[in-house]
Amino acid sequence: MVDIRSEFIGIKSPNPFWLASAPPTDKAYNVVRAFKAGWGGVVWKTLGEDGPPLVNVNGPRYGVVHGPDRRVLGFNNIELITDRPLEVNLREIKQVKRDWPDRALVVSLMVPCEEQAWIDILARVEETEADGIELNFGCPHGMSERGMGSAVGQVPEYIEMVTRWCKMHTRMPVIVKLTPNITDIRFPALAAVNGNADAVSLINTINSITSVDLDLMTPEPTIDGKGSHGGFCGPAVKPIALNMVAEIARNPETSAIPISGIGGITTWRDAAEFMALGAGNVQVCTAAMTYGFKVVEDMIDGLKDWMEQSGYDRLDDFIGRAVPNVSDWQYLNLNYITKAKIDQDLCIKCGRCFIACEDTSHQAITETKGGERHFEVLDEECVGCNLCVTVCPVENCLTMEQMTSGVDPRTDEAINPEYANWTTHPNNPARIES
Amino acid sequence: MASDIKSSEIASGWLKAEEYAANFSDLHAPLSTHEAYVEADRCYFCYDAPCVTACPTGIDIPKFIRQIQTGNPLGSAKTIFEQNILGGMCARVCPTETLCEEVCVREEAEGKPVKIGQLQRYATDHYMRDHDQPFARAEPTSKKVAVVGAGPAGLSCAHRLASYGHEVVIFEAADKPGGLSEYGIAAYKTVDDFAQSEVGFVLSIGGISIEKGKKLGIDFSLDEIRARFDAVFLGLGMGSVNNLGLPGEKLSGVVDAVEYISDLRQADDLSALPVGRNVVVIGGGMTAVDAAVQSRLLGAENVTMVYRRGKDAMNASDYEQQLAQTRGVKIIFSAQPVQLIEGDAGNIGAVEFEYTSQDNGKLAGTGETFMLDADMVFKAIGQHFVGDGTDAIALKAGRIEVDENRRSNLEDVWAGGDCIAGGEDLTVAAVEDGKVAAEAINQYLKSERG
Ligand SMILES: Cc1cc2nc3c(=O)[nH]c(=O)nc-3n(C[C@H](O)[C@H](O)[C@H](O)COP(=O)(O)OP(=O)(O)OC[C@H]3O[C@@H](n4cnc5c(N)ncnc54)[C@H](O)[C@@H]3O)c2cc1C
Ligand SMILES: Cc1cc2nc3c(=O)[nH]c(=O)nc-3n(C[C@H](O)[C@H](O)[C@H](O)COP(=O)(O)O)c2cc1C
Ligand code: SF4
Ligand code: SF4
Ligand code: SF4
Repeated sequence: MVDIRSEFIGIKSPNPFWLASAPPTDKAYNVVRAFKAGWGGVVWKTLGEDGPPLVNVNGPRYGVVHGPDRRVLGFNNIELITDRPLEVNLREIKQVKRDWPDRALVVSLMVPCEEQAWIDILARVEETEADGIELNFGCPHGMSERGMGSAVGQVPEYIEMVTRWCKMHTRMPVIVKLTPNITDIRFPALAAVNGNADAVSLINTINSITSVDLDLMTPEPTIDGKGSHGGFCGPAVKPIALNMVAEIARNPETSAIPISGIGGITTWRDAAEFMALGAGNVQVCTAAMTYGFKVVEDMIDGLKDWMEQSGYDRLDDFIGRAVPNVSDWQYLNLNYITKAKIDQDLCIKCGRCFIACEDTSHQAITETKGGERHFEVLDEECVGCNLCVTVCPVENCLTMEQMTSGVDPRTDEAINPEYANWTTHPNNPARIES
Repeated sequence: MASDIKSSEIASGWLKAEEYAANFSDLHAPLSTHEAYVEADRCYFCYDAPCVTACPTGIDIPKFIRQIQTGNPLGSAKTIFEQNILGGMCARVCPTETLCEEVCVREEAEGKPVKIGQLQRYATDHYMRDHDQPFARAEPTSKKVAVVGAGPAGLSCAHRLASYGHEVVIFEAADKPGGLSEYGIAAYKTVDDFAQSEVGFVLSIGGISIEKGKKLGIDFSLDEIRARFDAVFLGLGMGSVNNLGLPGEKLSGVVDAVEYISDLRQADDLSALPVGRNVVVIGGGMTAVDAAVQSRLLGAENVTMVYRRGKDAMNASDYEQQLAQTRGVKIIFSAQPVQLIEGDAGNIGAVEFEYTSQDNGKLAGTGETFMLDADMVFKAIGQHFVGDGTDAIALKAGRIEVDENRRSNLEDVWAGGDCIAGGEDLTVAAVEDGKVAAEAINQYLKSERG
């Protein structure tokens, strides 16, 4: 019997699917709907200091990138942290946690980089009996101009300092949410580790301009003739997020810290991939904002079905399983030879593989055979790059086949069954002599 | 015998006004912008695309579809018009299921080709809504070309010649230009007087004039125009419908399908157009289908198409056959008429048919017969070339013989469209003929001394 109950840094939830801190978690009304729909937990929309609430723009907040049929591939936003009074948020958080004790409820926080500001807010959040806090060091627009959000997340020393304050002044577990708007994610992650964070979560949104209105000559979204960069999220950011999660998970200095995976998660498969790369649970925002809370049903069922088929009983059975297989390029096996192969029964003769290989790669696919339109891979030219597989519109029509014996007709060299990588390759001036 | 045949019922106004309007509206509603984007996205942008090879005019289909997809419908239309200035009409009338869409790789992949015809209509409609034709005319040359016939072949030829700066005069026997686009094509394929707007679009390039009501062989001779012009293009179409060769063909109610469709296309008020309660259509081509379907749409109760050979031999595509059947037309295969039987005095009352079988490719009656009540019989067993005033021109299989440049046996006379031998009898083929001939004429005029 598959069990998808999750325990992340001591916080229990019936499944590993949390809603990320964002509009879906801005108030009790939404959060209660989310819990009814089945979400395992939420990170409440980021709270700021007490005082007059923040104001958001009153024009459009989102810029979108559409795929075919207006499918949302990603959008950016210029929304700030919550614009509701602190008092109201805290009251609702307390009530919701009381009503839904089995769900995870984490509160996201962002206040100025002054110790007292953190002491004040932590005390008030503790009263709500929330399960933990998440430090929003990621918001890349608006808040960063005021020295918060990614302005903190981009300076490892600040991350470490604020994390340390929080660990000192609260008993609640502390998650540090990282911004991807940096050059190497391992440095902020290490700062969180050094500040004694209980976990990191990533990614927050990526700085972006989604498009330019060519009539108005303004970036989208446009407010009265001007636009500002915003934070990009959704399916398009998943590859970037996956890599950042993997970098933290396989770096010896940060590999021990639990990770909450975020960024473009739309299906159970996306979630499973993040978890395979080391995320203990996942957080979702855009998928819920695009399709509503019901998407979680397929995430839950799909994850269970896949685990069952794969023989995993519990989440821990596969969390981190792919991490050892993430390698540096220099350790990849250079004796592993593949050739593309076209299944002529499936081929619909669109010619896309041909033109891709002919114009932009290695001229390894035929265009005709005996005067007829016919596409076939020439093993003596094929370098095995798989561009053709990438562009073929028919599933399984083009596949990469490994050569395990004989001679590679491209190099005229015998297939070597031994593993050998760049570090020992004769062409490498810095090779290690064996 | 005549006594047990019931009295003839030919009448008009079988339907309500709204029903006529609905029946003769667009066969396919035009794609909305979103539908066009979604459909355009299905195109794989094939290399050396098979659809292009299958298009008689060689339109760069992947390119025009991509231009729709990238939000450039005007550029898309220009891509179409470059190869086919009647791309708007072709988008409506081409039997795409036997041309580009038949070979679309998506047809092979999943039996659902990209809707090339409908995308072409999207782009051309978009363009033609508020633009004249897109090509600039070259500096006028001093050359003059006569084009006889303002059908698709003639218009296409005239446009291409005008673009090279030559002066073109089109002589057209009918009152209106357009040829069968105006008088023949089914009404629901070309609504809102599209044929005439398209003629205006083509002529907007300048340098083309049309002389209407001028018939070769009657109002002028080939020698006269050969003397007055530097070159001549004949786009005469086909003359008249073949006869059945049966007694009774003169009975009232036995009608030439093409003529009847022409009346339908020109009718101001469809409810005033008479049609029988029981209609029998003899033939198996597009004309037969159009006559049958449009009779049903006019309110005929029983419409039966009878074709002398089997389903596969039928000229009308599977799609056209389906169209007929879903509009309530009954199709009987492998039967030929043997007798047209008089009902009321002078009127057709019934047709007797005999089943046929193929014997070594030869058609033979089986002796088994049946009768169909008929208030109207449409003859649609093919047309033949009449060719008034073309005695000096060599024919082949009854139509004008041309070389690959569409040149006839006379050095300065070219021909194209339905009037030439070996053609496909499609609008798009006529457009290609006109285009190819124009290119050849242009070469000829450039090389001709003087
Ligand atoms: C009922 C019917 C339905 C059809 N449906 C389709 C369809 O859905 N799709 C498709 O692709 N094709 C269809 N076709 C075929 C298509 O219409 C023709 O292939 C096309 O119109 C041929 O063009 P053309 O220019 O050669 O001839 P036409 O269109 O016939 O034009 C010839 C022109 O020449 C003029 N002319 C003739 N003789 C003389 C003369 N002596 N002097 C001066 N002018 C003269 C005529 O008045 C006419 O304007 C259909 C045909 C018919 C009859
Ligand atoms: C409109 C909007 C507002 C957001 N506000 C916050 C916020 O207040 N605090 C925060 O930590 N992240 C915020 N985020 C970032 C999300 O929590 C999440 O990290 C990001 O959207 C990536 O996940 P996704 O691809 O599933 O959307 C916001 C995202 C969106 C779209
Ligand atoms: S794998 Fe690369 S080189 Fe080989 S055929 Fe495909 S595209 Fe060409
Ligand atoms: S891309 Fe795929 S379907 Fe298209 S020709 Fe190549 S192998 Fe065939
Ligand atoms: S064959 Fe079909 S998919 Fe390929 S280019 Fe033509 S329309 Fe597009």
